[in-house]
Amino acid sequence: MLLTRHLGEGGWWFLFVVAAVGIAVPYCNLAFQPGDPFYVSGFMVSLIGKFLTYALLAVAIDLIWGYCGILSLGHGAFFALGGYAMGMYLMRQIGDRGVYANPELPDFMVFLNWDELPWYWWGFDNFAFAMLMVVLVPGTLAFVFGWLAFRSRVTGVYFSIITQAMTFALMLAFFRNDMGFGGNNGLTDFKDILGFPLQAAETRAGLFVASAMALMLGFMIAKAVVGSKLGQVLVAIRDAESRTRFLGYRVEHYKLFVFTLSAMMAGVAGALYVPQVGIINPGEFAPANSIEMVVWVAVGGRGTLVGAVIGAVAVNYGKTWFTTAFPEYWLFALGALFIAVTLFFPRGIVGAWNSYTGWMRAQKPDPLAYKSKDPLTLDTGVGRQGAAAE
Amino acid sequence: MTSAASGSILYLDGVTVSFDGFKALNGLSLVIEPGELRAIIGPNGAGKTTMMDVITGKTKPDSGEIFFEGTTDLRRYDEAAIASLGIGRKFQKPTVFDNHSVAGNLAMSLAASRSPFATLFHRPSDAERRRLSELLEIVGLTRQAENPAGDLSHGQKQWLEIGMLLAQDPKLLLVDEPAAGMTDAETEATALLLKDIAKDHSVVVVEHDMAFVRDLGCKVTVLHEGSVLAEGSLDQVSADERVIEVYLGR
Repeated sequence: MLLTRHLGEGGWWFLFVVAAVGIAVPYCNLAFQPGDPFYVSGFMVSLIGKFLTYALLAVAIDLIWGYCGILSLGHGAFFALGGYAMGMYLMRQIGDRGVYANPELPDFMVFLNWDELPWYWWGFDNFAFAMLMVVLVPGTLAFVFGWLAFRSRVTGVYFSIITQAMTFALMLAFFRNDMGFGGNNGLTDFKDILGFPLQAAETRAGLFVASAMALMLGFMIAKAVVGSKLGQVLVAIRDAESRTRFLGYRVEHYKLFVFTLSAMMAGVAGALYVPQVGIINPGEFAPANSIEMVVWVAVGGRGTLVGAVIGAVAVNYGKTWFTTAFPEYWLFALGALFIAVTLFFPRGIVGAWNSYTGWMRAQKPDPLAYKSKDPLTLDTGVGRQGAAAE
Repeated sequence: MTSAASGSILYLDGVTVSFDGFKALNGLSLVIEPGELRAIIGPNGAGKTTMMDVITGKTKPDSGEIFFEGTTDLRRYDEAAIASLGIGRKFQKPTVFDNHSVAGNLAMSLAASRSPFATLFHRPSDAERRRLSELLEIVGLTRQAENPAGDLSHGQKQWLEIGMLLAQDPKLLLVDEPAAGMTDAETEATALLLKDIAKDHSVVVVEHDMAFVRDLGCKVTVLHEGSVLAEGSLDQVSADERVIEVYLGR
């Protein structure tokens, strides 16, 4: 099977853990009553569900940054666009239950005295169409943006800066009421999804399961990509871009492929995020958000995929705790964390763990293993994430 | 203009490249015949590496013509396209992919479709595996096949690069200072390897090391200040007064 060929032992373990969480958390929420030691509150279901969507987003960022060296500081834009596409579907689902009881128009449009639905809202009452847009809108933006940038060989920090500009421009645009996306307030007051009430515990459990499955699928796709020969070329581009060109590889096509794929994954993550938090507004486009996402991946360990997930969950769990305990200081803590990781754990949690286990193995006297190695070469066990497995 | 170029594998006529007024190449003309092994020598700053850059599409010439196989105008193509046409290049400073294994470096260089979708669904065939072990044998890195290329010694990296060049199966190989930083024994072995390769490829070697050029035993072109100073056998050019002046006079 194409998606499982390159998973490896670690990959299977990861899928097993996500599947276990995906089943256990909703089960403990639905099957037990409050007060029972096994009971998981609805708040926790939403919180962990949100983390799962962040984890998928982190995998998308790690795919381009960790494996192809493309540092996007605007991935929040693709996440938010996927979220808006889902939000538009949820707005149309409200129907005549809004404050103004208009069966066609969302409340904010009635408030703006619009008398008909703008053309770009057509079709969003259809779930399948909306889901298509969840991947197509971020995918198309990434394709056009990437085509222009990579063709002109915009790389490194310059690329990062224009991705910041992109998400900032989108934020300003979405803040405008005339854009027709609810302006400052964004899209909210959702009632139901596919006919199921969003406030019901069963619906929330369903969204949780969907998020876990999306994370598993996204992880499998990312693993299949980085395990293929294409993945080898991506790492080659990361390590020596112009050398790769002289081998005959069209670097811009590879970057475009992986950047577009990553944006689509981010869009799916955004679409699952919105119904679980109940709102999408232009704040999601804020440049700082996109930087925060990159920090998750750096903390977990880029170029490992699993590290991206660990980083996303760990940093966001820390954020939840921190913003409750010392709400004023979160950004300072985030900055300090980023500096500390860059200085002391440049390979993140997973990278540090790999070095440690490699070091432990090296401490064990194993004459046979030593003999089989060329004495001139020193395998430190780090930096091998791109090594050929053939 | 293609009539003059017809029959040649590589044809450069009046190629000029300047960087901020400095002419790195100044009306350079050069013809390489199919199947030829040619050594290019010249002092530092003679334009040897710039010539490689111009042929492989890294630098665009200000004027002049470059034809591959008589009819293909190389000025119209970029690096990846030129590599796909069948021109392979080994760099002066060995640049292998450090994080890939030795075999991985070669596998990526093997002649095959370079499109993203072809590589995404690619599965190594038996023919590819055979070719891979053949190449490892040729460059003497069979034992290191699974080691990261970054762990190789300098000389081994040079050989790996030559192997990568062979894996691409190009029609024309441009080899920039293959013997740099090698021991005498390694240098000798490299000359033998290149002569072997030249049996069924056209090869252009840029080199500083005169002993190495003598080992190659081929026609020599001397570059100086961006144009051809002399051409002929090594004995002929080393007897040329202008060549002596350029190499020893200053």
